[in-house]
Amino acid sequence: MKNTKDFAVSLVKAAMNKGASAAEVMVVEGSEFSVGVRLGEIEKLKDSASQHLGLRVLWEGRQAALSTSDFSREALDRLVQEAVELAQMTSVDDQLCLPDEADYAKDWPDLALYDSELATLATNKKIDLALAVETSAKNTDPRIVNFDGGGFDAACRGVIMANSAGFVGSYEATACSLAIVPIASENGSMQQDYWYDNKRKFNQLESAESIGRQAANRALRKLGGRKVKTQQVPVVFDQRVAASLLGDIFQAISGDSIMRKSSFLVGKLEEKIASDLLTIIDDGRIAGALGSRPFDSDGLPTQRTEVVKNGQLNSYLLNTYTAKKLGLKSTANASRGLSGPPTVTCNNFFIAAGKSSPKEIISSVKTGFFVTDLMGFGVNIVTGDYSRGASGIWIENGELTFPVEEVTIAGNLKEMLKQIEMVGSDLDFRDRISAPTLKIEKMIISGE
Amino acid sequence: MKESAIEFFTSRFNINLSEIGQLLSTALSKGGDYADLYFEYRISNSVMLDEQLVKSASKSISQGVGVRVNAGEKTGYAYTDEISLESIKRAALTAAYIAQSAKEQTTPINVTALANKHNLYAVAEPLSEISASHKIELVKEVDQLARNFDKRIREVQAMFADEYKIVMIATSEGVLAGDVQPLSRFGISCIADEDGNLQMGRAGGGGRSGMELFQTELTPKRLAEEAARQAIINLEAVDAPAGAMEVVLGPGWPGILLHEAVGHGLEADFNRKKTSAFADLLGQRVASELCTIVDDGTIPNRRGSLNIDDEGNPTTSTVLIEKGILKGFINDKLNARLLGVPYTGNGRRESYQHIPMPRMTNTFMLAGTESTEDIIRSVKRGIYAVQFGGGQVDITNGKFVFSTSEAYLIEDGKITAPVKGATLIGNGPDALTKVTAVGNDMALDHGIGTCGKDGQSVPVGVGLPTIKISEMTVGGTKS
Repeated sequence: MKNTKDFAVSLVKAAMNKGASAAEVMVVEGSEFSVGVRLGEIEKLKDSASQHLGLRVLWEGRQAALSTSDFSREALDRLVQEAVELAQMTSVDDQLCLPDEADYAKDWPDLALYDSELATLATNKKIDLALAVETSAKNTDPRIVNFDGGGFDAACRGVIMANSAGFVGSYEATACSLAIVPIASENGSMQQDYWYDNKRKFNQLESAESIGRQAANRALRKLGGRKVKTQQVPVVFDQRVAASLLGDIFQAISGDSIMRKSSFLVGKLEEKIASDLLTIIDDGRIAGALGSRPFDSDGLPTQRTEVVKNGQLNSYLLNTYTAKKLGLKSTANASRGLSGPPTVTCNNFFIAAGKSSPKEIISSVKTGFFVTDLMGFGVNIVTGDYSRGASGIWIENGELTFPVEEVTIAGNLKEMLKQIEMVGSDLDFRDRISAPTLKIEKMIISGE
Repeated sequence: MKESAIEFFTSRFNINLSEIGQLLSTALSKGGDYADLYFEYRISNSVMLDEQLVKSASKSISQGVGVRVNAGEKTGYAYTDEISLESIKRAALTAAYIAQSAKEQTTPINVTALANKHNLYAVAEPLSEISASHKIELVKEVDQLARNFDKRIREVQAMFADEYKIVMIATSEGVLAGDVQPLSRFGISCIADEDGNLQMGRAGGGGRSGMELFQTELTPKRLAEEAARQAIINLEAVDAPAGAMEVVLGPGWPGILLHEAVGHGLEADFNRKKTSAFADLLGQRVASELCTIVDDGTIPNRRGSLNIDDEGNPTTSTVLIEKGILKGFINDKLNARLLGVPYTGNGRRESYQHIPMPRMTNTFMLAGTESTEDIIRSVKRGIYAVQFGGGQVDITNGKFVFSTSEAYLIEDGKITAPVKGATLIGNGPDALTKVTAVGNDMALDHGIGTCGKDGQSVPVGVGLPTIKISEMTVGGTKS
C-alpha cells in the first residue's frame, strides 16, 4: 500500500490536538481495471488508481465526518480544522461514542482476501478472458446475435483504520468479476439476460465457457414470453431473485431501520417471523469470501451471527451506535461511506441451504410461477408491502413450460416469510448476499 | 467564487493551455479519432436529522482528471486524483493504449477557451459557501413542522445536501470549456403511527440555485407538510387492485413513466448497437397523437439541466416523440459520430472516474388541453397515482416498471380510497399508444431524480401533465 498506518495515526493525533474528544480515520486506496468487449473486439478499457480518506470527529457528544482525495498537507490541515468546527454545530447525542477498548479486534487470521496473481495479472490475459466469455455465449446458439455488455473487471483495495482509542488496523483485498449479457433474437423480438461470477481469487472464477453458455441459455429461454391472467399461485424464486429478496430482509433487520422504527420487524426479536425452514446467517470471517473482512468500520472483530434460526428472529445486524440505541451488543456490521456517520452493512449474508433440490421444488408446483428476474423498487420495508415487476417461466404440473413477462408479483413480506414452503439445496456464493431457490406458498400475479 | 472554471484549474494547479494541448497530443500519440480531458473539483456538504437530533454534518472534497481516447468504436480511459502534469500524462498514456497503432503519432493540438452559450444557474451565493448552521436550522424546522402537522407523526428524517462542482473539459477538437455547477437537495421522510399501523410519507426537492429556492417554492413548511400528509393518508390505505385497468397519473414526478418507458430506450448507444426495442422504430408510431415528449437540458435552475454536457458542448432541447411519432435519439459525441447525426449534447458522466455515455437531462411531455376533473370523471374503474418511488427498464425487450407511493382508487369517476403501494408495468414501444387524455397542467418534478445506468448515477428531471392511460397492469394484491 502507498499510505501507511503512521499516516492515519498522525491524522488522528492532529484532530485530537485541535480539541476533538475522539477521532477516527479511514484511508482507502484502490486500483481498478475494466475491459468491456463487443462482438469480438475490445470496446472499453479502463485502468486507474485512486485514494481517499475519511475523518470522523466526536466533540463532546457531537459528531462530523469529512473526506477528501487531496492528501496535501494544506488540505489535511483544513480538513481537521473544518471537522472540529462542523462537529460543534450538530446536536448532542448521548449514544455517540467509540467502542470500549476491550472490544476492538486485536489480531485476526488471514482471511485470504488478497490474490497476488490477480494483482499482477497481465492485461492481455484479462482481455482474452473477456473475449472468451463472449465467444462462448455466441457459440451456444445461432439465435444469440448481439450483446448488451460484458467483460472482465478487477480491483485491488487497501484499507487502513486508526482511532483515538488506540485501534490501528489494515488489510488488503482483491476482487474480480467475469460477466456477459447476451441478446437472443427470434421472430423480430429480442431478449437479454446475463450470467457472471465474482471471486477474490482469479483462479476461483467459474470458467468463461460455463458463464457464457449459461448466460446464453438464460436469454434464449425468455424468447416468446407472454403475459398470464391475474391470479394467485405459488411462486418459486430462483437463486438470483431469492438473493434480491434476502437483500430486502437485510434492510428490515438492519440496525439503521430498526433504530428508526422503519421496519416491519421492529420489536420482533425472539419471535417466529418466518417458516421453520428459514435460517439466515451473516458471517464476516469466511475465508476468501466477498463479504469478509477482519474488522468492521468501528474496528470490532467481525463474527458469525445467526440472524434467523428455523424461522425465529434471533438477532438484528448492528454497529456500535445502533446497538447502544437498542440496548444490544454490536454484531460488528458497521460500514462507513467516507463522509457520513457509520451505517450498517451485511458481511456475507445468506440463507442456509435447505434439503430440496431445485428440481424437486419445481416438481412440487401444480400451477405456478418460476421467477428468474425482478424489476423495480416496490418494496416498503416499513409495512412489508411487496410489489415488483417479474419475468420467468410458467409451471404446469410440475414442469417448466412457456416464458412469462410483463407481469408483477405482489404480497407482503410478513406473510411471504411465513409462507416459505421449500428451501433449495443450491446455495452458492458469487455475491455478498446469497440464497438458494425458494418456494413461497402464494402471491398475486398481475397480468391480463 | 469570482474566477471562471477555466481560471480555477489553470491557476490552482499550475497548468497552462499549451500544456493542456500537449496532454491531448499524448493521449492521441498511439492513434485514435478523439480525446478529451475532464477536470473536476467537487465539494459536497450534508446535514442530517433524525430522532429530533442533528446527528451528523458531513463535507467531502473530491478532485481529479479523467482522460479518454476514442478509436473507432473503442474507448480507452484512465484517471488520476492527482492534478499534475506528470500524473495526467501517465493517465493519457494508459488511455492511449486502446488505439494501438504501430507508429507514434504527433498531432499538435491547440485549445481555445470558449464562453458558454447557456447560463442556466448563475448563483450569487452558492449554498456551499453558506454555513452548515443555516442548513441545520432548516432540518430542525422541518422536524417541528412535520410533527405539528399531526400528532400521529412518530419519526421524521431530514437531509439537506448541497454540492458545488467545477469542471473543465479540453478536447482534441480544440475546445476548452468550463462550468460551475451548483446542486442542492432537501429530502424529508416521515413515519406515521396509528396503534401500530406504521406508514411512510416522503417529500423533497432542490435544483441548481441558491437558498432562495427554499425560501419561496420549496419551503420547509411545504415539504414537511407534504411528507407528513402522505404518511397520514397512507394510514387509511387499502389493498391496491391487481390486473389491467385504467390509470391516471398526476403531474410532475409521475413523469418517471417517460424516463423508463421511452427515455432509456431512446439513448443512442443502445440504438446504434441495436440492443434497444426502439432501434428500428424511427419514424414509426410509438405513442398516441396526444404525446409530444422532449429531453431538454436548457431549462434554468433545474436539477437535470447543464450549461455544457460532460463532453464540453452546449446542451440542447431534443424532440424525442412528436405527436406520437418517434423522431430521434439523445446522443453523445461517439454515438453521434458513428451514426452520422447531429450532436444533441447529452454526453454525461458521474465523475472524472467514469466514461461518458448518452444520458437524459429533463425529460417531459408537453401539456394538452383537458382538465384533471374531466380526466378523472371519465374513468369507470382504475387508479389515480400522484406520487412514485423509483422505476426500472429492460431496454432490450422494452418492459418497464415504476412504483406508486401515493395512489387512490377511482370508482365511477370519483376518487375514493387511498391504496397501498403497487408497481405498474408496461411495454415501452406501446404503453404510450394507450394515452387517451392529456391534461393542461404540465409540471416538472421538484428536483429529486437520480438516474442509474451502467453503474453511473447522474441527476435528472422529469415532467408530465395529468394523463390517462386506457390500460396498464397494476401490481396490487386484490384481484
